[in-house]
Amino acid sequence: MMKHETIETNSGLLIILTLAVISIGGLVEIVPLFYIDGTVEEVEGVRPYSPLELRGRDIYVREGCYTCHSQMIRPFRDEYLRYGHYSLAAESQYDHPFQWGSKRTGPDLARVGGKYSNDWHVQHLVAPRSVVPESIMPNYPWLLDNELQYADVEARMKALKRVGVPYSETVEEYRANVEKFGEDVARTLDIGRARENLVAQAQAGNFDGNGARLSEMDAVVAYLQVLGTMVDFGQYDEGHFAQFR
Amino acid sequence: MANAATMTAHGGQQYNYDIVKKFSIMALVWGVVGMSVGVMIASQLAWPVLNFDIPEITFGRLRPVHTTLVIFGFGGNALFATSYYVVQRTCQVRLYSDALASFTFWGWNLAGVLGVVTYMMGYTQGREYAEFTWPIDILIAVVWVVYFWVFVQTLVRRNQPHIYVANWFYIAFILATALLHIFNNLAVPVSLFGLESYSMFSGAQDAMTQWWYGHNAVGFFLTAAFLGMMYYFVPKQAGRPIYSYRLSIVHFWALIFLYMWVGTHHLHWTAIPDWTSTLAATFSILLLMPSWGGMINGVMTLSGAWDKLRSDPIMLFMITSLSFYGMSTFEGPMMSLKSVNALSHYTDWTVGHVHSGALGWVAMISFGALYHLIPRLWNTTLYSLRLVYVHFFLATVGIVLYITALWVAGIGQGLMLRAFDEYGNLAYSFIESVVFLHKPYVVRAIGGGFFVAGILVMAFNTYMTISRAKREAAQPAAVAHAASA
Repeated sequence: MMKHETIETNSGLLIILTLAVISIGGLVEIVPLFYIDGTVEEVEGVRPYSPLELRGRDIYVREGCYTCHSQMIRPFRDEYLRYGHYSLAAESQYDHPFQWGSKRTGPDLARVGGKYSNDWHVQHLVAPRSVVPESIMPNYPWLLDNELQYADVEARMKALKRVGVPYSETVEEYRANVEKFGEDVARTLDIGRARENLVAQAQAGNFDGNGARLSEMDAVVAYLQVLGTMVDFGQYDEGHFAQFR
Repeated sequence: MANAATMTAHGGQQYNYDIVKKFSIMALVWGVVGMSVGVMIASQLAWPVLNFDIPEITFGRLRPVHTTLVIFGFGGNALFATSYYVVQRTCQVRLYSDALASFTFWGWNLAGVLGVVTYMMGYTQGREYAEFTWPIDILIAVVWVVYFWVFVQTLVRRNQPHIYVANWFYIAFILATALLHIFNNLAVPVSLFGLESYSMFSGAQDAMTQWWYGHNAVGFFLTAAFLGMMYYFVPKQAGRPIYSYRLSIVHFWALIFLYMWVGTHHLHWTAIPDWTSTLAATFSILLLMPSWGGMINGVMTLSGAWDKLRSDPIMLFMITSLSFYGMSTFEGPMMSLKSVNALSHYTDWTVGHVHSGALGWVAMISFGALYHLIPRLWNTTLYSLRLVYVHFFLATVGIVLYITALWVAGIGQGLMLRAFDEYGNLAYSFIESVVFLHKPYVVRAIGGGFFVAGILVMAFNTYMTISRAKREAAQPAAVAHAASA
């Protein structure tokens, strides 16, 4: 049997053995997740973000919202009553990066979409304590003041396309999206029409309550309002998703 | 002034102490800044008015500033300093390439500065402890490869047949950090001239990659590397050999093998396959053994010389750090049990646990090592041992306040959120748990304040030590100069 002294007196051997020993854990636990079909279950309704929602998500990441808010509901009764159905892997399959978070200084946001009005969100983001007096969230007045920058939204969608989000550039890709998500959604995923779609959604939704200008608030609220709303859990039998866990 | 011991026959310095000095000073600088930012954000949670409606200093942007400065600024510089010192002393050879070593110093600290500035401007990858944007990630990767090269080339040139155990830990830390950094930061930039990018992976796979990184940043950056520090400085300060050579072999290989499996315990009950979670919990429990192996090896090194705890405040730092190491490596496996994690996850218990490791173990062992190192580097004695005691007690009181406050906060909030009333409805709304957190948050901020006060005392003590050493060094030269004139 090899003595440990052999390793201790040979730096090359020490390095190679160390590298081998530290590689095993990650290889066994992570690599299979890219190949096992059940890692991300098939669910109706989950789609990539529209250009406006995408910009909202960028701002969510920029402000470090994930340092206080999770987007991952666990399968417990209290979480079900407070937030809704537990989160599915499929629901964050287009999230680059994931924003599951690790700390709930504020409540989970995975299904915050549709729970409050746009007006409430605007008021709450500008001055949280004006609607929730005990809140410890910072004020975000600049979201309303800052004009939304969206000149590079195509570049952003192209980068996301490169990492696997099915935004379309060609006619074939567009048709595939029509097949998969339906025509209305497919149109919002078309990179060529990104800017006009973004403006159209902001104007139709008027998320910041000011139709005259396109603010960062429009994008953030549009993003918050879509969170957790894509899957219609009424379609599935109770316990259907347990098989994927 | 270089004394005879650090000079070789042909007049050059035997060891490169200059680089160790630079990294040591920057460790203290980043320590003061990073920990002060920590107190700032802790205070923002207690009194949200402290966000001042200024985007650059809101909690969400300052939090990565804090974590980056304490982990990579304070911890990183302390590790560069001690690893460069230890590898030279234990191999009895001068560090390979002054120029490359100097490059690692400027590159690493530039990355820290750029990180702070870009986070405050709102540029982040949105991945905990890996918030650096892609160009900074590339800079860090280059610095790291050079660091590896300098370290290994020094090892190869050693004048000792054996590679001392401290260096095994430093090697494992350097290799693992390279692996983690590269795979966790794979991303596609939005444009080649911008700072933004989107991560290669999404959702569940991205979460697995990030927490494989996240927990091993703790396991290798904040544990294995500091064990390397411990294996040199504890025996040196105690003046005794390490307790058990055999134990160090067993716990080294076990520790580096097991750590890589446990990251998924940050994702219990989330949308990842259950088997990964169970596997991670199992390995987390196993990890208790090598962790305590290291603690026992360190603490028992003092057996037969326990009286040093009465006379040597530096030893006090080291032994206390090992005690906190033992405590938090017991707490960690306990929190990785799924049933405990169901309560603790998402709460301040996790934050408290991290700080009992980061303040109790990482910072305390670094303080001990730096107090040992600084007088030797500048060839003098410490300005004041009494101030080392003052620092020790400020730091210890600070940690105890901090972690007990967050036990109360975390366990309290966890229990409130899962409580039901007699009709089966939720007993508390979320905001009621936030109200409950106020008092523990105030105590936590005060605890952090104590800890910062401690490192300020250390910075003062270090400044006085170095300026006195410089005066002493200048004097004989001035006399000689006057005599020759």
